[in-house]
Amino acid sequence: MTQADTGAAGTARPARRRRLPLAWLGLAPFMLFALLFLILPTLQIVTGAFVDQTGGFTFKNVVNLFTPSILSAYWISIRISVASAFLGCLVGFLMAVGITIGGLPSWIRAPLLTFSGVSSNFAGVPLAFAFLATYGRLGLVTLILRDWFGVNIYALGFNILSFSGLTLTYLFFQIPLMILIVTPALDGLKREWREAALILGASGAQYWRMVALPILWPTLLGTFALLFANAFGAVATAYALTGSSLSIVPILLFAQIRGDVLQDPHLGYALAFGMIVVTGIANFVYIWFRTRSERWLK
Amino acid sequence: MAFLEIANLQKDFGAVRVVKDFNLAVEPGEFVSFLGPSGCGKTTVLRMVAGFEEPTDGTISIGGRDVTRLRPNQRNIGMVFQAYALFPNMTVAQNIAFGLRVARTPKADSDARVAEMLALIKLPDYGDRYPYQLSGGQQQRVALARALAPRPKLLLLDEPLSALDAKVRVSLREEIRQIQRNLGITTIFVTHDQEEALSMSDRIVVMYGGRAEQVGAPFDIYNKPSTRFVASFVGTLNILRGTVTDPARGVVDVDGNAIQTGGELSRFAKGAPISLALRPEAAALDNGPAPMARGKIMDVSFLGSVIRIRVNLGQNTISFDRFNSPGSPPPAPGEPCGIAFAAKDILVLDD
Amino acid sequence: MKTNRFWSWLFLLLGVAYFVFPLIGTFEFSLKMRRGAYSFDAYRTVLTDPQFQATFGYSVTMALATIVMGVVLVVPTAYWVRLKLPSWRPVIEFITLLPLVIPAIVVVFGYIRLYNTSSWLPLTGSAMGTNILLMFGYTTLALPYMYRAVDTGLRAIDVGTLTEAAQSLGAGWITIMTRVILPNVLVAVLSGAFLTFAIVIGEFTMAALLNRPAFGPYLQLIGANRAYEPAALAVIAFGITWLCMGLIQLVSRFSKLPNAGR
Repeated sequence: MTQADTGAAGTARPARRRRLPLAWLGLAPFMLFALLFLILPTLQIVTGAFVDQTGGFTFKNVVNLFTPSILSAYWISIRISVASAFLGCLVGFLMAVGITIGGLPSWIRAPLLTFSGVSSNFAGVPLAFAFLATYGRLGLVTLILRDWFGVNIYALGFNILSFSGLTLTYLFFQIPLMILIVTPALDGLKREWREAALILGASGAQYWRMVALPILWPTLLGTFALLFANAFGAVATAYALTGSSLSIVPILLFAQIRGDVLQDPHLGYALAFGMIVVTGIANFVYIWFRTRSERWLK
Repeated sequence: MAFLEIANLQKDFGAVRVVKDFNLAVEPGEFVSFLGPSGCGKTTVLRMVAGFEEPTDGTISIGGRDVTRLRPNQRNIGMVFQAYALFPNMTVAQNIAFGLRVARTPKADSDARVAEMLALIKLPDYGDRYPYQLSGGQQQRVALARALAPRPKLLLLDEPLSALDAKVRVSLREEIRQIQRNLGITTIFVTHDQEEALSMSDRIVVMYGGRAEQVGAPFDIYNKPSTRFVASFVGTLNILRGTVTDPARGVVDVDGNAIQTGGELSRFAKGAPISLALRPEAAALDNGPAPMARGKIMDVSFLGSVIRIRVNLGQNTISFDRFNSPGSPPPAPGEPCGIAFAAKDILVLDD
Repeated sequence: MKTNRFWSWLFLLLGVAYFVFPLIGTFEFSLKMRRGAYSFDAYRTVLTDPQFQATFGYSVTMALATIVMGVVLVVPTAYWVRLKLPSWRPVIEFITLLPLVIPAIVVVFGYIRLYNTSSWLPLTGSAMGTNILLMFGYTTLALPYMYRAVDTGLRAIDVGTLTEAAQSLGAGWITIMTRVILPNVLVAVLSGAFLTFAIVIGEFTMAALLNRPAFGPYLQLIGANRAYEPAALAVIAFGITWLCMGLIQLVSRFSKLPNAGR
């Protein structure tokens, strides 16, 4: 009897002990992969930004970022990202309002969402080609505006290879991304909220100002942050569009890595570190707002 | 002059007429329920009163003012929705103050009114909470307070209890009725739950197929249903099919039992088929020598304080309830039995 | 209400115009290679270019390899987290979202520093090693989408019960994975796979910096040196993206039919 008891306990205890390490092991391949090909490479860059040629700790690399040319690269990158994120949010929001509560016929909704799924993934080199072919000096729209309407957009200061052109191009993936994210949020606005506000004496504008927009606010700000990061990290579109004629941070880093201008590899680390900081802040903002809005709508 | 007057109201959705010639006059302070199955048009009538739907035809006037073409925000109505519809971005106090805020009430007055409302719904310390921190019953009470805060002349309740648990439902319905009585506010209550309608209302409008089938006090609706639909929808009802054997004396044959009805049946021919209805509470077991009808116990459900018995007469079955009493155990299925009921409790249904 | 609808139409039409102009413009431009007449010459030139065939083939291979790698990595992990380690979900989800935070150019920069010829794992030392590194890079890019798709798919099925049922019938882990879990999340996996394909096929940054002969860098090269061919290539690339998205729609619509019967 005693023997059977200890036997049972003896097998039970190791079984419990064995289960824990086994469960951990199930995640080992994924963790190893993430560590080797996502986290360590990033850490390498981050630490590299604070190390000098001899391996000692230094702030020199980061301080070196504060030169006029690099600062202006960050500045124009941030401006393009802010502009394309803002316009993307605005236009995407208005279109999403149209297909959800704006009274557009329901058959428009599905095709628009599918198209948004396609366009939000249609970034990179081909997108640059498309905009060159349309808004370049000999592009279709440029020529139509010039020949039919007598409007020379290039004489008016527009250039597809500049701030305005890049912003216009980025909108092609920014607007659809906004539509994809904000449409479910707009669907989440209950009809009863509007009706409750109206019956309590509010006007349509008051409903939007006091109820709908405050509810959507976290989603809107969060998506703005996401779109910002999205534009800030985009390399291919900008590179294919402008070559190296427009000095934005990702292109600067690209050139640095390619070795075109590589005198100081540690400056490259610092550039990349700066990018992580900017997109990291933007994404932190996004996640923070997102959890807030989810808490409300539970 | 009634407070709320609805005259010849019609509503078409496309080719479908969902509300047909609806007329109703509600007196000040009255609590009127719209009762009916889903799709009967009760919510559509309510939404037309609120101003969310435009009537195809007819007029609605509140306090002598024609509001048919007024927008919802000009009608001075309070409304409570089925799904609470509290604004999730505002605290309880801000929700209640919403109507006062858009009316530009001074802050001091508004604060006082909010405190008063919170006391009224017995949630005095909940002003700073957010709706997601409240239970369903609490949320619905806040919704009621929000609707009442701007002192509306008319209160509309659109199935406010359907989303709640059974227990909360019963306690909240008493609370709503009490608040309504104390404030004396004219109220329309939409529900598909006959128990709610019967227990809360001064008057009930039973609706079916876009029409008001019957309007009356709960007692009359239940005991004197004027149409077959009202009879079958309000309360449970035993329907007995038989043939008329003696029209002059009002005797009907149901599965071999000669049933005496409450009056003569001269509008029926001898041998004509007829449908009778009997409320479950009007029947009882009768093991005396001369019961009204004889049959066999089909099944017995023990429901706690009540025992539901179903008796088979042949083609027809009668089900009725009996109070549980520890002294007398329920009969067993299969036993023959007799049933008693009074002739005046039998309703003759016109097909 | 009427004015509301007017504004909705206006914004929709403006938006649609913005999206349609580049597509029309590109297509029109791609037809203009022959002077004075529309022709498909640009497409012919592109499609017969051996460089095009080689780089496109390379990228398709890489995309397929990435999909396999992604499935092997993500499906068991997501399954295991749901089954045994639900408390780890936030951690895993955070990791899978990291590629959206860290720009691809930073990750690949890290690769170049970490896996160069003088490092402990000199992947960039050989062509095959670099290919594998690039595939891993693509896998990280696809991670957010793949994990989300699979996790959503797993949410719809009762992982615990299915596993216990399979175990009670004597199935081992491999059998459970390949015969029970995978078929049940196939639709989700396919959605993730098509999205991965769309991302990888035209990817530029990683391929260019690792110096691999992929389709993205080829596109960029053509763009820098030719006039009409880039437009034709853009049309082709857009067609591929449409195809992938269309397949996702198709697959998820198919999956709804048997689900409805359940």
